[in-house]
Amino acid sequence: MTASPPILSAQNLCKSFGALKAVDGVSFEVGAGEIVGLLGRNGAGKTTTINMILGVLAPSAGRIEIDGMDLRTQRTPALTRTNFAAVYAPLPGNLTVEQNLTVFGMLYDVKDLKARIEQLLAEFDLSRFRGSKAGVLSSGEQTRLSLAKAMINRPRLLLLDEPTASIDPSTARDVRASIEAYVKATQGGVLWTSHNMYEVEEVCNRVLFLSHGKVLLQGDPKQLPGEHGAASLDDLFVQVAHEALHDAPHEAAAAGAAP
Amino acid sequence: MNFTRVGAVIMRQLYLYRGSPQRILPMFAWVAIDILLWGFITRYLNQVSHSGFNFVPALLGAVLLWDFLTRIMQGVTMAFFEDVWSRNFLNFFASPLRTSEYLTGLVLIGVTTSLLGLASMLVLAWAAFGLSFLSFGLALAPFLLVLFLSGIALGIFGAGVVLRLGPASEWLIWPIPSVVSPFVGVFYPITVLPSWMQLISRALPPSYVFEGMRAVVSGKPAPWDQLAIGAGLSVAYVFLACVFFASVYRYAIRTGLIARYSAETVA
Repeated sequence: MTASPPILSAQNLCKSFGALKAVDGVSFEVGAGEIVGLLGRNGAGKTTTINMILGVLAPSAGRIEIDGMDLRTQRTPALTRTNFAAVYAPLPGNLTVEQNLTVFGMLYDVKDLKARIEQLLAEFDLSRFRGSKAGVLSSGEQTRLSLAKAMINRPRLLLLDEPTASIDPSTARDVRASIEAYVKATQGGVLWTSHNMYEVEEVCNRVLFLSHGKVLLQGDPKQLPGEHGAASLDDLFVQVAHEALHDAPHEAAAAGAAP
Repeated sequence: MNFTRVGAVIMRQLYLYRGSPQRILPMFAWVAIDILLWGFITRYLNQVSHSGFNFVPALLGAVLLWDFLTRIMQGVTMAFFEDVWSRNFLNFFASPLRTSEYLTGLVLIGVTTSLLGLASMLVLAWAAFGLSFLSFGLALAPFLLVLFLSGIALGIFGAGVVLRLGPASEWLIWPIPSVVSPFVGVFYPITVLPSWMQLISRALPPSYVFEGMRAVVSGKPAPWDQLAIGAGLSVAYVFLACVFFASVYRYAIRTGLIARYSAETVA
């Protein structure tokens, strides 16, 4: 954990849908210059957690602070410092690349927007698509556009929900490099979900394993497998997912042991 | 309120209109068809009727005003539906955009498109059938204002219903003007309605507009006191529609509807 105040602080987050506890007392922080991986099986509570941080889902309990601002009471200034990209939230396909960036730049009240758009078009190799409708772009190009939109306001907190899903390894590598360079340059914080453990190990400074809405394990993705008797992060993921699925008491014990 | 963010909502719609003639055409085509259809009906009625009553201002004028209200409502809801169809809610509402800014943007774009439609209707009604509203001058403004506010209220209410019930419920929204029209006496005095329908008429602001227009057309002074009631009611309905939308939005945030708003199954 860095010494400077956290960019994201989630404290005792809970979200219930009727009897189902989708997120159950999750607490964590993302520090300046830190990329934190949020891992877990489908339905573990990752996207629910991200939606709460984005302010589109109200927590049943708990508190979220972004750059020191309470999301509940200071929603607009907190979200001005945040942005996100997710495969399930494509940008309007009937607007061109440049129009999308203009609209979202205005939404985030970006100063000197034209220059910022030119910078992002160049950075994400989108200049030649500036007049193309977003809906006709390939998956990789749409992902790059989503990332360009996610960085348009130079966010302090970047939320990436499976940003490299459905894109080829070469583009995925470029995307990872762009995000790492962004974090290094701005000392922003990133919360990253992915099912690609190789990617997580390469990019993330720290990972949290979620299961049934709780944090089971957290730590350095390079050291965590060894600490838990797994050969790799991939093996640890499978092990944790298997235990969580078939051995609920085990899960509770593991959750109690989580740092 | 941040006007750059309001501008973003408007700009998103303007980009759609700029790149899409099929969105621009309906702004003028349907109103033109309505004016032509009712224009010829009124001309025929003038020919066969020997009452001396001029049907052109009474019927064609009523059609024109009713179309104006309908276009405003549809202008607001269409702008909202664009975000429904492109699954854009998560992108918009995970940004610093406030609901008040979003609604202001929707209303401004709805008003702009409907004013363009109104202008084309006025020109066509004057050129083809000699119906000129210019003779009413500024006295027409309060009538239009009440319809304008009523259209906005219906548009915001419709957007709230679709946000709450899901995309498929847009089919509940399109017929709203048709459902309302028998009660507001677009083509006949509300005194011809049964008493229970008249009770509903009195709660609907456009009733006061059409009653007032009929009075003016028949040479009586405009019933300003009645129009003031209509104006008061329409302001109240705009306020209630905003409250309704805000409460649906809070429900959507509480239940995760915004995040999952991409299919009919959200309800």
